[in-house]
Amino acid sequence: MSKPQIVTANNLMDGDVVYLTEDGEWSRRLSEATIALTDQQAKALLAEAQAQPHRLVGPYLTAVEIGDDGRPRPAHFREAFRATGPSNRFHGKQAEL
Amino acid sequence: MYAYTDFDQAFVRERVDAFRDQVARRINGSLTEDEFKPHRLMNGLYLQLHAYMLRVAIPYGTLDGRQMRQLAMIADRWDKGYGHFTTRQNIQFNWPKLADTPAMLDALADVEMHAIQTSGNCIRNVTSDHFAGAAADEIEDPRPTAELIRQWSTDHPEFLYLPRKFKIAVTGSPNDRAAAKAHDIGLRMVRDDIGAPGYEVLVGGGLGRTPMIARVVRAFLPKADLLPYLEAILHVYNLEGRRDNKYKARIKILAHETGIDELRTRIEAAFERIRGDFTAPDPATVARIQGSFAAPDFATDREIPTIADPALRSWVDTNVADHRRADHAMVTVSLKPIGGTPGDATSDQMRALAEIAETYAYDELRISHEQNVVLPHVHRADLPAVYAALREAGLHTANVGLVSDIIACPGMDYCALATARSIPIAQEISTAFEDIRRQRDIGELKIKISGCINACGHHHVGHIGILGLDRAGVETYQITLGGDATETAAIGERTGRGFSYEEIVPAVERLVDAYLEVREDETETFLETYRRVGMTPFKDALYGSEEEVGRAA
Repeated sequence: MSKPQIVTANNLMDGDVVYLTEDGEWSRRLSEATIALTDQQAKALLAEAQAQPHRLVGPYLTAVEIGDDGRPRPAHFREAFRATGPSNRFHGKQAEL
Repeated sequence: MYAYTDFDQAFVRERVDAFRDQVARRINGSLTEDEFKPHRLMNGLYLQLHAYMLRVAIPYGTLDGRQMRQLAMIADRWDKGYGHFTTRQNIQFNWPKLADTPAMLDALADVEMHAIQTSGNCIRNVTSDHFAGAAADEIEDPRPTAELIRQWSTDHPEFLYLPRKFKIAVTGSPNDRAAAKAHDIGLRMVRDDIGAPGYEVLVGGGLGRTPMIARVVRAFLPKADLLPYLEAILHVYNLEGRRDNKYKARIKILAHETGIDELRTRIEAAFERIRGDFTAPDPATVARIQGSFAAPDFATDREIPTIADPALRSWVDTNVADHRRADHAMVTVSLKPIGGTPGDATSDQMRALAEIAETYAYDELRISHEQNVVLPHVHRADLPAVYAALREAGLHTANVGLVSDIIACPGMDYCALATARSIPIAQEISTAFEDIRRQRDIGELKIKISGCINACGHHHVGHIGILGLDRAGVETYQITLGGDATETAAIGERTGRGFSYEEIVPAVERLVDAYLEVREDETETFLETYRRVGMTPFKDALYGSEEEVGRAA
């Protein structure tokens, strides 16, 4: 596996971007996502997410960088926007978290 | 305005009730997302990057003050106080909660609006000329045709699961303001040898991954044959359109692979089979639809003052067009403030537009595919008052048709399909060209920006088109030149390598500078200059120094 990965999805009720955490819950903060360092871990995390279709829409794995604090950071600009909100209005996570 | 019949009202309410049940079953786990998704899409509900998005149809772009106020109410109550008007004469709400969406649809039904068939592989919201019923060059108002098509296509059992989405545009004028040639079917009103109105039928236009200009399949179709002929086209497409590859599923690909002449033969054969058994619409219904779009009772005998205020004059020069009556005018309200998001209006602005329409424009509003709002009938005596009211609402930007009147799709700021952002590019371009004197010197210039190959921002038909892509994890913007969405439609030509986010706005400025340098005089537009001189001076402006470096190396 070239890069560490996390699992992200959209919350069923409001569509907000969520991330699978270490304790199996869902956080709205990317920094709280649990990190898979191997393909096997990544597959297991994704399977865990896919088993919760009543809470989520469209879970998938996405690559992350790991910061100096050990927490994940978006590796791609799309995930950076998902983790923040739109750039033309101060709405979404940037305003709410 | 078309008013719902009891049948229309009952149909829309039943759809809302069905959707309420579907939402409830999704929330309680009875429906999986795979089962729910086709239902939500058929009712205009998308899941985007940050939230759900509800896309509401504004049929043929026409609405009244009451409807605009309701959109404002919906924006305040269930969204974040604004809406985004799109290139398909829809409005999108970007932040609805799933559980609220049935109530939003109920609120729409209260004012005879809906979100039906604003998504999915079906016949979408029929679009039309935003100056319909008011333009001086019109053969006939295209909206009765568009409404007839809406009624025929809504919930049409044969055409709800087409190979791909299907878009129809109708224009009543020889000057095509509805981008008819960029649609799956474009209908252009024409007259036959004895002066009877009918349609030129164009098929196979579309933008997206494989942009194509529609071709004529019928030079003149009598009005009475419209629905069976459309049914024949859709019938052939439904049977023969590709379902093996979504990127090759639009009718433009069928037209391309089959050949337009062979496709025409098949359509005409289907038409001959269908027409005998086709149940023509009830003449009373047709007459009722026609009557719904009667012209307002125009005010007469009012003195028209001379306009002295320079700001007002500047706005009239750019945003006001001649009406078919000399004492009236068509006003385009720009939703493109400098540095703003193209097509966005706040709920306060929507209410102001409703108030202005009710007071000064016979209660009529239109949404243009260029993401502006039109007051189609304004007495010239009221232009100063309309301008003052727009100014108070921050809707007085005098830039229609100019470089800052940019079409932009939501791009990666909202859209799950996008590969790059488009809104901030539009914001930065309009800011770079903020000086209105400079804009007016540049003259007519249509910049259109899409955040992915699906081309919702119509970049292929922009005089300058910008396409945002993801190139190895970096936002990259390709430029096309010479596109045209009108009756002289053309697909823009790519200039060469793309530009980074930081490079794209200076690149556009260099293109404009090159145009100013090579144009014959101030009357030659950007597009005319491009057609006269070709790509070379523009490529030099974009890449000249690079090529010199390349040659030196």
